[in-house]
Amino acid sequence: MKHTQLQVLAALAAGTLFGFGLALSGMLDPVRVQGFLDVFGAWDPSLAFVLGGAVAVAMGGVAWIRQMSRPLLADSFHLPMNSRIDAPLVIGSAIFGLGWGLGGFCPGPAIASLSLGLTPSLIFVAFMLAGMVAHDRFFVGRTS
Amino acid sequence: MTFYLVSLLGGALIGLSSTMLLILNGRIAGISGIVGRLAQGINTGTNAAFVVGLLLGPVAYLAAFRHWPAVTITASLPLIILAGLLVGFGSRMGSGCTSGHGVIGLARLSPRSIVAVLTFLASGILAVALLHGAVS
Repeated sequence: MKHTQLQVLAALAAGTLFGFGLALSGMLDPVRVQGFLDVFGAWDPSLAFVLGGAVAVAMGGVAWIRQMSRPLLADSFHLPMNSRIDAPLVIGSAIFGLGWGLGGFCPGPAIASLSLGLTPSLIFVAFMLAGMVAHDRFFVGRTS
Repeated sequence: MTFYLVSLLGGALIGLSSTMLLILNGRIAGISGIVGRLAQGINTGTNAAFVVGLLLGPVAYLAAFRHWPAVTITASLPLIILAGLLVGFGSRMGSGCTSGHGVIGLARLSPRSIVAVLTFLASGILAVALLHGAVS
């Protein structure tokens, strides 16, 4: 693989921009996320603009890579080619959504929020990692 | 109004970050995938660098605005534990979360991501409705 160190720098820069974007957008705040999901209560639609802004810009990126034979720093694109709508996709997404609503955190904001040093964030991330490892160790064979 | 513009701008930066990772490294900026692979020891260098960057994001925010971004956690400890387990397990089982399915997946018009996003929005709305129903 070529440009290994540049790839690490690119990942660091992209991660920082991602974390800054999360902080700026309000996605880092579980109360805002729960307000966004509270469509039957005091609905706060502002976070829909986060998704809208992100998808609009990413669509430009997707159009761009369709013109490229390979990424600038790597040999090939790693994109999922599976298009089958299966049970693990739907059940897993439903489970994820329940946790997202109950805690107000999804993986990106939960990790980024660790920088603030809040104990609940740390506990959430510890159990999120436990959930990930539990799935990858014990359930992958059953679901795929 | 500024609330919406700031959210839109923050979202655009998230889209820009996803675009960078795609064009430079050919990878999808999906946090559950990146963290899951890191936990399995796959592509440790780039995945760890992305996670370190994610942690630096709020620090950059602090440097720019002289205050931390708001993080208000109201859930009780047992609820935080349950939510963490569900988010971790579900995002791996569903092959993605708000970032991988929600940003790049939707931008690629992936049918799997469209189904995933609609499903987790619905169950997230259900969870908050249950939470508020139980409290009030």
